[in-house]
Amino acid sequence: MDRRKSLKAIAVGTLSASVLLDACKTDNKKEAAKGAESAGEFTLDRAVEEQEREKEITSKTFFTPHEMATITVLADIIIPKDEISGSASDAKVPDFIEYIVKDMPEKQIPMRGGLRWLDVQSLKRFNKSFIECDPAQQINIVDDIAYPQIVYKENGKEVTKGKKTKPEMAQGIAFFSLMRDLTTSGFYTSQIGVKDVGYAGNTPNKWNGVPDDVLKQYGLAYTEKEMKECAKY
Amino acid sequence: MGDLQVKKNAKQYDAIIVGSGAGGGMAAYVLSQAGLKVCLIEAGPMYDPRKNVTQFKNPWESPRRGASTKFRPFGDFDACYWGWEIDGEPYTHANDTKWEWWRARMIGGRTNHWGRISLRFGPKDFKRRSIDGMGDDWPIGYDDVKPYYDKVDRLIGVFGSNEGLENDPDGIFLPPPKPRLHELMIKKAATGIGIPVIPSRLSILTKKINDSRGECIFCGQCNRACSVAYADFSSSSVLVKPAMETGNVDVITNAMAREVLTNNEGLATGISYVNKMDLQEYQVMGRTVILAASACESARLLLNSKSARYPNGLANSSDVVGKYLHDSTGADMGGVLPELFDRKRYNEDGVGGAHIYTPWWGDNKKLDFPRGYHIEYWGGFGQPAYGFGNSVQALNGRFEVKGQQKEPGGYGKSLKEDMRYFYGARVGMAGRGEALAVKENKCEIDPKVVDKYGIPVLRFDVKPHEYDIKQAKHMKETFKEIMHNMGAIITYGGDDDEKNNYGLHAPGNIIHEAGTVRMGNDPRSSVLNKHNQAHDCKNLFCVDGGPFVSQADKNITWTILALSMRASEYIIDEMKKRNL
Repeated sequence: MDRRKSLKAIAVGTLSASVLLDACKTDNKKEAAKGAESAGEFTLDRAVEEQEREKEITSKTFFTPHEMATITVLADIIIPKDEISGSASDAKVPDFIEYIVKDMPEKQIPMRGGLRWLDVQSLKRFNKSFIECDPAQQINIVDDIAYPQIVYKENGKEVTKGKKTKPEMAQGIAFFSLMRDLTTSGFYTSQIGVKDVGYAGNTPNKWNGVPDDVLKQYGLAYTEKEMKECAKY
Repeated sequence: MGDLQVKKNAKQYDAIIVGSGAGGGMAAYVLSQAGLKVCLIEAGPMYDPRKNVTQFKNPWESPRRGASTKFRPFGDFDACYWGWEIDGEPYTHANDTKWEWWRARMIGGRTNHWGRISLRFGPKDFKRRSIDGMGDDWPIGYDDVKPYYDKVDRLIGVFGSNEGLENDPDGIFLPPPKPRLHELMIKKAATGIGIPVIPSRLSILTKKINDSRGECIFCGQCNRACSVAYADFSSSSVLVKPAMETGNVDVITNAMAREVLTNNEGLATGISYVNKMDLQEYQVMGRTVILAASACESARLLLNSKSARYPNGLANSSDVVGKYLHDSTGADMGGVLPELFDRKRYNEDGVGGAHIYTPWWGDNKKLDFPRGYHIEYWGGFGQPAYGFGNSVQALNGRFEVKGQQKEPGGYGKSLKEDMRYFYGARVGMAGRGEALAVKENKCEIDPKVVDKYGIPVLRFDVKPHEYDIKQAKHMKETFKEIMHNMGAIITYGGDDDEKNNYGLHAPGNIIHEAGTVRMGNDPRSSVLNKHNQAHDCKNLFCVDGGPFVSQADKNITWTILALSMRASEYIIDEMKKRNL
């Protein structure tokens, strides 16, 4: 995709973003011209207006090939293959991220700008783009942006956890946190990720209560009243 | 637009019903069963959970993995079409007030969205003014409505338990499901500090009640509508479908009602509407008109039905149409339960919603706010969806993972370990309370704004009452105690204070609005009489949330259903007596 086209995509996206974000405003901005390409196949119920929106989304490409390659490397650093499950790219996380920034246009600039920040950082350190770096060089940068400091309240007092970060890394840290959030969202909602995390539902069954061994583990039991009045199958 | 003309339907109906949600669906059901000819007008498309399926879909079947859109604000698998904002149908606000207006556009209306919480009002809930001197009493009491609650329980089905509580009446209940693991922990913690926890009361069939609907299959997805068994209540499958099967109901979809038509005698004669597909103007005529378009849409219709005889809008000689608008109050808190880290996996989907809840237990005479609230709970495993693992740094930077304190955030195999470790440990709760209905809180017609069909739109003017804010403060204090007592760590909703009204949601946000077409004995201060019949126009009725004088700390659907059934039987009776 050339630059002019991608700028147009941002403009269109931003227009619909104002509708998405300002849920209570009364402006009635029409979405821009709809893409003519066919939409993806849906297995779930869609209203007419939604089908039109899906067509618009799927008819456009947002990320450049270089950006997609960078997203793929980063996603696989965040979620690599291990002994239990595959990697982010095995689960097609980059495709999900391409879709979601078109669906949530407010994420477009943080992602595009963040990827560029990463490449500039890489140029400064190693005189090449992030994807051209070797894995050790990539981790050298990632380690500087992967660990945000957190602050929370405990018993009314503020607690700070995590190492102090370098001030010049702040924007990189914000970008990596967004990238990590999108990667876990995409991975753990894929077939590979759902299996990894062990979600056991979404299937017809009869609920007879918490398994006995689990009740025992937590020192809990159903009362006589519950045993008597609750549904049994 | 030279070809614009009004197309009149030649058929004369016994009843024209506007809206197909709980109120309209019930009216269509009762009237059609009695052999009356009914025209049911709905602003959205036809919908049947069996054909319009999102149930049992996996997260990857949504390209946005279940994230919300303006079309489905509660997520991509939610059954409900539209929500806070509809293209081409704006609403406005007076000054800097806030009101969030949920509008469903589909057969079954908002019953495609709600949490199936089906609570009867108690005897005190109809007589609040007599108890605390605020607001007004209803013109009816619990004894008037009880027979209809019983009939609704039998017709639609609801699980729960008879607890003999004074203001949370017993019902005809199916057996409730056993509590889930986190629910047992909540129950132990809450009852330990004197807060009651009892089985939920949800209109979900834990046992089969008739041949047209099946038994719950415990997928926890009632919000997606039950395509497999029709085992949850939504108006589309449980009321509108059997009503249509009588052959007595004509359903007109994609029809946006414009006005209630009246004749020289001041009687309602029908409805004019615009067909959203061909944008032509239509009229249907009937012996009675029943509004069930939602509290605010019904008020809007009345206010827009101006004529020489009704210059202030139809049925509005009292000038209270649109006034006394109120929603449930709401405030939430969430966190994690470290005891549940690294827990054993099993299917705990259960029914769609909590298996337990807390009915109001306090004594308002000893508190600084006059009305109560109930508590809803959530937690445990859920089907992974968009947002899974978000802000992991807040968890893995704070809690040890398998005995090891990590740096916040991170990546790689270590991150995958964290995701497995924390999954299923979330827990949270929400208060849903009674807001005081006051005349100053209202919706009215905006004199300058119309929607894309040229229909004048509503302007909202609602401010939270001081009592609502005090109630939210009490909710937060209670939630903190429960969370603390169960060893849970609060991760959101714990820092609210007077600066943000203690986390009280903007009015409208809880989607229980009521009061805009209220009933009463005095035609000078109410729109409807005790039969949901307009004082000013005897063949006009309203059977949605509009007629509510006050809405209790109970979700209003079960009472909408009972009152709609009661009003429908009254209509049949009055027709037999030739009074209508």
